[in-house]
Amino acid sequence: MEELGLLMQGFVVVMEPQNLLLMLVGIALGVLIGVLPGLGGANGIAILLPLTFAMPPVSAIIMLSCIYWGALFGGAITSILFNIPGEPWSVATTFDGYPMAQQGKAAEALTAAFTSSFVGAFVAIVMITFIAPVIAGFALRFGPPEFFAVMFLSFASFVGMSKGPPMKTVCAMMLGFLLAAVGMDTVTGQLRMTFGSTEMIRGFDFLVAVIGLFGISEILCSIEDGLRFKGERARIDARVVLKVWASLPKHWWLALRSSLIGCWMGITPAGATPASFMSYGVARRMAKDGASFGKGRIEGVIAPETAAHAAGTSALLPMLTLGVPGSPTAAVLLGGLIMWGLQPGPMLFVEQKDFVWGLIASMYLGNVVGLIVVLVAVPWFAAILRVPFSIIAAIILVVCAIGAFTVSNAEFDITLMLIFGVIGYVLKKLDYPLAPLVLALVLGDRTEEAFRQSLLISQGSLGVFFSNWLVSSIMALGFALLLWPVVSWVLERFNAHRSRTGPALPRGA
Amino acid sequence: MSAERGLRMGVVEVGTALAFALAGAAAIGDSLRIGTGWGSDGPKSGTFPFWIGLILIAASTATLVQAVRSRAESGLFASWAQLRLVASVLVPTAVYVGAIPFTGIYVASAALVAWFMHRLGGFGWARSAAAGLAVAVACFLLFEIWFLVQLPKGPLETWLGY
Repeated sequence: MEELGLLMQGFVVVMEPQNLLLMLVGIALGVLIGVLPGLGGANGIAILLPLTFAMPPVSAIIMLSCIYWGALFGGAITSILFNIPGEPWSVATTFDGYPMAQQGKAAEALTAAFTSSFVGAFVAIVMITFIAPVIAGFALRFGPPEFFAVMFLSFASFVGMSKGPPMKTVCAMMLGFLLAAVGMDTVTGQLRMTFGSTEMIRGFDFLVAVIGLFGISEILCSIEDGLRFKGERARIDARVVLKVWASLPKHWWLALRSSLIGCWMGITPAGATPASFMSYGVARRMAKDGASFGKGRIEGVIAPETAAHAAGTSALLPMLTLGVPGSPTAAVLLGGLIMWGLQPGPMLFVEQKDFVWGLIASMYLGNVVGLIVVLVAVPWFAAILRVPFSIIAAIILVVCAIGAFTVSNAEFDITLMLIFGVIGYVLKKLDYPLAPLVLALVLGDRTEEAFRQSLLISQGSLGVFFSNWLVSSIMALGFALLLWPVVSWVLERFNAHRSRTGPALPRGA
Repeated sequence: MSAERGLRMGVVEVGTALAFALAGAAAIGDSLRIGTGWGSDGPKSGTFPFWIGLILIAASTATLVQAVRSRAESGLFASWAQLRLVASVLVPTAVYVGAIPFTGIYVASAALVAWFMHRLGGFGWARSAAAGLAVAVACFLLFEIWFLVQLPKGPLETWLGY
């Protein structure tokens, strides 16, 4: 049990007073970010990233990952009390969470949401603790073709598993790759797609893109629906917490199933949002009285929250072991690793043991601290949404602008942020997914490098991607996922042909 | 469909797909300029963007065809009233971003907060200005003094000696 020993060392690192303090700050900031519209895990961390350059990497990752846990917790507060999903992954929580709040059971819903978030995260962390070193050890043998195959697989799974039109996913992804290629080509030193502009030589920083795509666009989307938030009030007391906790063990199977769905969806870069929907849908289908979902069932809160948190947490597994993030937020954390001078990928587990195990230990502790913080502080966080939107929106815009500037001290980046904000607003409304765009922007250079190195090995033959069983099977899996929309479309047509009068399947849940 | 008038979804769909195709075309054009084949030291710089550009054009053409086909039944992208609300945020923000190089970020931020509170929130000028000033001072203390991060400054800060 080498892992347990390393984990204990990790706990020693995390228990340093400075790191504990950063953890608390991170959680509180994270919940705040999760509650505010326009600030989410991804862009919240992107804004704060430049402030961590002076910190030791372990402390920085502890604070930033705790912001992530906090944001995951915070999304539930606005969903349940205000019927506004603060984060995309908490949309499914509104289905039953808000009806519960309207029936005066807000405290129960919140307690159930927080507790099941904690359970989901815990299952995912245990999985990471034991599986991550194995995968990293395995990945140490990867060469450029294998790395390209893994990236191909993760991008293919976006196409295969996304809810939206697959062609739009491809469009968004390719735009990300193109934006990543702008500027200096790292291999030959040639300038690409700068079109004579000196500002473009630096290329597009994905942090600026994330702040615009997720921050500014969110403000623009939420202003459409008017300027007011209406919400229910809640105060959680110990009696309610204990009562809900006593009732939770009977949902153990639901929680376990949702955790597993979440873990799976988090590792493949489908992410927390589809995981929460899928888990909610499965829970409704498996229940004896599925029709009562959507009217305030506690199961309807437990299922999506458990899955979202499990997915959000396990998205860090491929980020740590392979250097391929499973979600936009994980992608931003990966960007952080690079800026702190760490090389993401399997070598982290060999060269940066303190860092890796400190992070994993902080996941355990951070989620316990997070659970306590949200249970105690819900009324205060909910009060933030009673501040008029005109004030909140202006402050968020200012924070985003400052964040975009500090990425590389360039005023031009603030303009870029605004442009990305408008692009994000249009794409979001047209159902183009933003996560593949961001991931392609982050991974573009490394995908291209792996591709070119592979071709160098094989002197230009594409056969290198099918040269041994390992790389062939990863590539084959990728192609299967890529073609999945076509297969399912054909099947659908076939079924529709056979039973024109059959009942339509419930959609969207 | 609601009787509300506004920007139609089909129009935006087509425009966006065209913009994507244009981006792909630009990438292909630039890649052809710097070479897309096999160079002396492996694939040339343009190879990867060239293929990405091709895929982008193919995918956006498919989206375009889809959008044109279903144009008739598409609803509204946003009503004019909604777009006016969006503009009421977007235009001041654009002015704010444009002003930063001249006034520095603190003065511009104070003005943005005050404007939002007065115009969108209906607060009086005095309270709005006070809140704007408070936000700017708080940011200044947080970034320049505490975190030692240099943000864009303008004539006012120079006059104050920073």
